[in-house]
Amino acid sequence: MAMNRDWKKQVTSIPPGTLIQGKFKGNNYMMKRKLGEGAIGTVYLCQHGNQTAALKISEKQTSMTLEVNVLKALKQVRGNLLGPALLDVDDWLAPNGRTYTFYVMEYVQGESVQQFFRKNGASWLGLFMVQLLEDLEKLHEAGWVFGDLKTDNLLISQAPPRIRWIDVGGVTQIGRAIKEYTEFYDRGYWGLGSRRAEPSYDLFALAIIFLEIFYPQRFSRPETRRASFLFKRIDRVKALQPYAPVLKKAITGTYTSSNQMKREVKQIIFSRKNQSKRETGKIGLLEAMWIFLFSILSILTSLCF
Amino acid sequence: MKKGTLRQILLLTDGCSNQGEDPAATAALAFEQGIAVNVIGILDHDESEESHGLTEVEEIALSGGGVSQLVYSEALSQTVQMVTKQAMNETLQGFVNQELKQILGKDQSLEDIEPEKRGEIVEVVEELGETTDLEVLILLDTSASMHHKLQMVKAALIDLSISLNARTGKNRFAIYSFPGKRKNIQKVLDWTPKLDSISSVFPKITSGGITPTGPALREAIYQFGKKSLLRSFRHGDEPGLEETGY
Ligand SMILES: Nc1ncnc2c1ncn2[C@@H]1O[C@H](COP(=O)(O)OP(=O)(O)O)[C@@H](O)[C@H]1O
Ligand SMILES: [Mg+2]
Repeated sequence: MAMNRDWKKQVTSIPPGTLIQGKFKGNNYMMKRKLGEGAIGTVYLCQHGNQTAALKISEKQTSMTLEVNVLKALKQVRGNLLGPALLDVDDWLAPNGRTYTFYVMEYVQGESVQQFFRKNGASWLGLFMVQLLEDLEKLHEAGWVFGDLKTDNLLISQAPPRIRWIDVGGVTQIGRAIKEYTEFYDRGYWGLGSRRAEPSYDLFALAIIFLEIFYPQRFSRPETRRASFLFKRIDRVKALQPYAPVLKKAITGTYTSSNQMKREVKQIIFSRKNQSKRETGKIGLLEAMWIFLFSILSILTSLCF
Repeated sequence: MKKGTLRQILLLTDGCSNQGEDPAATAALAFEQGIAVNVIGILDHDESEESHGLTEVEEIALSGGGVSQLVYSEALSQTVQMVTKQAMNETLQGFVNQELKQILGKDQSLEDIEPEKRGEIVEVVEELGETTDLEVLILLDTSASMHHKLQMVKAALIDLSISLNARTGKNRFAIYSFPGKRKNIQKVLDWTPKLDSISSVFPKITSGGITPTGPALREAIYQFGKKSLLRSFRHGDEPGLEETGY
């Protein structure tokens, strides 16, 4: 992995205005600005004709090809908001003489989970939990596990508010070894389960995501008694109280399907006891309404497919 | 396609060798025998990545057909599992490329194939990576300067075992340290499928100031067993994965 830092830098800072042309298919993309980067590649906002899209580019040909495979497979799953839509795949022969692989996908306009909760407050917790669990349920039923489920790989788009995942690099067939993970969200790292792709692997990461909203600085792993350490972190957050039993079950791997967890979350949201509570930790009426609408919508969409 | 066993040596060190044969040459010999040599150079915080002793890290991996990476000890866990998996994939990819050349013609590689069509080939490599059996011999530098890094190494090795044991394929690990007492290497743990019990056997630091990386690597090669070495040398009964060189 001898890496020449100069050419690595080139692909992570392509100047706006650069025209990227596919080597095989010849499509042109005008780079507008950088959207973000991760361990695999760099993502840019780009223009193709009058269409705006996101373009991910990297020198890691194999990883990129695997991601494209997953995006193609997800297209087949009904309902299909599972990951951004794939628009094009090609190579780019850069001016420095190197060849990079890129793919073009739907641009998901939205804000980060942290940003959203800083602005809008904790009453949106339940809605996003349900949405994520819906999506995971569909993914799991199709035989996949998300794998690298983490805050960085989620965006919240507006009107109506919808949590979406963007980076499918960790998506793994059920039963195999998780392809890509991030320690903080990985049950193997916490000593609370294997790295084999099972629905419960994603549910653990989901619980950590909701915990992290209230611990943006995160926390480090103790040597022993790790489950009870995480339980204590949950108990300390008032806004998480209604969901504490569900999150704890996700942490210990009690649920074998997203559906089980989703049903319990919905029960919590719609129970009168929680709605009438007027302190923090309450679940807003508005939020309950959104979830109700969202549930109807997802029933309708599944009827259409 | 018949299933074979991938063999790797994972060398964990923080500095340069100062005794015996050139480790890069020994690594080339290992590669010749069908064993890839991966090297992880563990940095101290006052060290830069260009530091002198650590260029050796890259040289050994290059001639050993493996992967090298420099890392600060906090990031060791993720690096160890990543390097091991990447080396597996590279070996498997090399093997698949060889097959491809037979189908597509001599000068064709994955790069020449349209990206839309690479998918299936990459999937084959993934499948092999998931199911193939793996033997990893961990060769651990226990010279004095490694003192404060051993705790992190231990955590990283347990983590490696968690990652690899999530695969369908079988694993075998062995741990040797160097320099040994009066010998080039010292057995820490014999071949075993899991590493979660290593806490009790973890090696102590050896003092003396010598780092015989070359001779230690040579000893490590022998630990894969004479039978399997002969077999891989003859490119015999188990084609493909046992083969070296591409
Ligand atoms: N389709 C998209 N629309 C908008 N932003 C995106 C999109 N895909 C990725 N991004 C941004 O780019 C960042 C890195 O992309 P990601 O696919 O996660 O890379 P990596 O696989 O290297 O982690 C993301 O965290 C996100 O901020
Ligand atoms: Mg990412």
